Amino acid sequence: MKRALIALALIAAAPALADSSLPPAALANTQLPDPKQEAAAKALMVTLRCLVCQGQSIADSDAEIAGDMRALVRRRIQAGEKPEDIRQWLIARYGNWVSYAPPVEPVTWPLWGAPILLLVAGTVIARGSLKRRRRT
Amino acid sequence: MIAEAGLAALWLAAALALLQFVFGAMALRPGGGALLGAVRPVAVVQGVLVALAFGLLVLCFLRTDLSVELVARNSHSATPWLYKFAGTWGNHEGSMLLWVMILGVAGGAVALLERRLPEPTLIATLAAQAVIGLGFYAFLLFASNPFARLAAPPAEGLSLNPLLQDPGLAFHPPTLYIGYVGLSVAFSFAVGALVTRDVGADFARAMRPWVLGAWILLTLGITAGSYWAYYELGWGGWWFWDPVENASLMPWLAATALLHSVTVLATRDGLRAWTVMLAVVAFSMSMVGTFLVRSGILTSVHAFAVDPRRGSFILALLLIYIGGALALFALRVGTVREGSRFDMVSREGALVVNNLLLSAILGIVLVGTLYPLAVEAVSGEKLSVGPPYFNAAAGPLALILVAVMGAGPVMRWRRDDLLPVARRVAMPLLLAAAALLAVALLAPGIHVLPLLGLVAAAGVGAASLAPLWKRNLRRTPLFTWGMVISHLGVAVSLAGMASESAFTQETLVASRIGETHRVGPYSVRLDGVEPVVGPNWTAVEASLTVRRGDGPPTVMHPQARMFSTPPTETNESAIATHVDGQLYTVLGKDDGQGRWQLRLWWKPFVTLIWAGGALIAIGGALALFGRIRRAGRAQRAERATQGYLA
Repeated sequence: MKRALIALALIAAAPALADSSLPPAALANTQLPDPKQEAAAKALMVTLRCLVCQGQSIADSDAEIAGDMRALVRRRIQAGEKPEDIRQWLIARYGNWVSYAPPVEPVTWPLWGAPILLLVAGTVIARGSLKRRRRT
Repeated sequence: MIAEAGLAALWLAAALALLQFVFGAMALRPGGGALLGAVRPVAVVQGVLVALAFGLLVLCFLRTDLSVELVARNSHSATPWLYKFAGTWGNHEGSMLLWVMILGVAGGAVALLERRLPEPTLIATLAAQAVIGLGFYAFLLFASNPFARLAAPPAEGLSLNPLLQDPGLAFHPPTLYIGYVGLSVAFSFAVGALVTRDVGADFARAMRPWVLGAWILLTLGITAGSYWAYYELGWGGWWFWDPVENASLMPWLAATALLHSVTVLATRDGLRAWTVMLAVVAFSMSMVGTFLVRSGILTSVHAFAVDPRRGSFILALLLIYIGGALALFALRVGTVREGSRFDMVSREGALVVNNLLLSAILGIVLVGTLYPLAVEAVSGEKLSVGPPYFNAAAGPLALILVAVMGAGPVMRWRRDDLLPVARRVAMPLLLAAAALLAVALLAPGIHVLPLLGLVAAAGVGAASLAPLWKRNLRRTPLFTWGMVISHLGVAVSLAGMASESAFTQETLVASRIGETHRVGPYSVRLDGVEPVVGPNWTAVEASLTVRRGDGPPTVMHPQARMFSTPPTETNESAIATHVDGQLYTVLGKDDGQGRWQLRLWWKPFVTLIWAGGALIAIGGALALFGRIRRAGRAQRAERATQGYLA
């Protein structure tokens, strides 16, 4: 139900996205002619969440909205926009939920700090026990 | 009657679990010795009863008994028998019963087979296993009864989710669950040894085969699940860092660390407290995974059960068991004497680094999986943590871990020096350098992680064979072979991952009949699209004529299937496997103007990913077999000596 609501909200918010009676948008299921641009689009698409799917990126979803988002990404890449700007544009509309790359903000500091903390704590524990062993 | 008999068997099994715990607790008190002999039989009968309950549920599904609510909701008379059978665990209640059955059977197996553990520790272990069982029996009986009847049976069932109607369902969940829940034995061993203050080399030797057995099946289950997702979802991805995948990866990481630390404990009597801690953590991760998947807290492709009340029940169990075990650990860790000493540069030192890195990766996966849930619970803000985070945070650590894996097995126990170690891995290092040069020349512009992956795979693949160097291969113990093959499997799998992510070629087109498209070294012609009818689906099927260069043509048939109950569309990809990779083809929708979507991928050496996973598991099986055989020999020799002396 919640997901259906999100879908409805999305359709209402962005009329350019999705109407099931229409054929899929151009570039939803076809590639950009320039391989470099397509690679850039693909790299971006695998890090964007399909908003109505369960844990899939827009690069690997059959959902209609995923197709529309793919078309949008490809169009903007083709127009020369930078991938990160497209990501920010999508985040501005749909929130951080849409990006699989968590932003570096105060709310995610613990997330990004965790690997370093874990390594430091682990090293301290391991080294501490080694030293203790040597002294005794 | 079958469903009632199943429910009765389940209640009886629960009652015996209670008895098993009470007998065990009383037997361990002073003067309780008379009860020592009663615990093993109770554990065995409990295992038999819960297996019987599960068997009866399978029977309900095979007969499509629609008066049983679970069957009516998840099966259909027209479903092929394999999916009626496997559909038993393709739903919440059935999969929880499978979970609990494995728990009970594992306890019974310990009671029946374990001969090396001192009797009091074994009894404490079985009592601990019974306590875990009790909580999950209560969960089944009070919150997830699989045998509930319907007053008015429907004329037809609602059918199994079509995405699950695949042979993968018959194999993937049971293997994964045996691995998951098999780790409960390690948990119970740890609790048992803490209760009787009996942590040492003998304890480690007794625990090792059980950990190894669970780890082998966990490895197979994850590998099979990855391949299943790869061919079933139809987009060519094999790992998504989806929370449900992470839920299976976390116990595996902990079990892998445990497998290595238990070796230090068994061989050198070191890392006592740490090993016990890891045994607790490993099964805790299994329970966390069960909570994530079964509570419906996640929204992901795997979450086919959504009920918050059940979520709080499992969460409570989780807190009680993990909290209880950690409290016991904190109380008793002071009495666990630290084991023997070793130098930093030594086999033990390398294994400590292994454990450090595996634990750090485990921590990263755990934080990355739970953090968005925590943020949403606290502030309502929805975050997504996906591949960019996990690859960046865990990828480099995994590469260092693999490098250490190459050097560890050629280091000596207790004390070694860097220079001789470097000499022993000189050949692999040269090979890695050659690989670096070759890749840099042949594939300029390759990303840094796949590049390092290929280089590490070459070096470590060679290094993994180093322990066999200058040895008489026929006299090399089986468990050494096992280690070598498992480590080689890691290198093989890594090569597959790096190759797939660096060299995959993709072609997405809207194709008219008769048009030819190129992908990698292949040309693919769409010859036609025909309707096809299956037992409980209809489909459109494409005929593709595929040629590699000027080679002979072959035909491939990807399908797009439509299931009517419930209305669902699935893609059945057609995959051609070659020595050097896979050609992966998918048929999508038509655009109403006579063009069909085609998705084509050429994935060089992608099969190495799962071949490597299989090698890792085969190595584990060899090691397990070798350990059991050696233990059997030692026991027979001991008995023979005793007979001689008497």
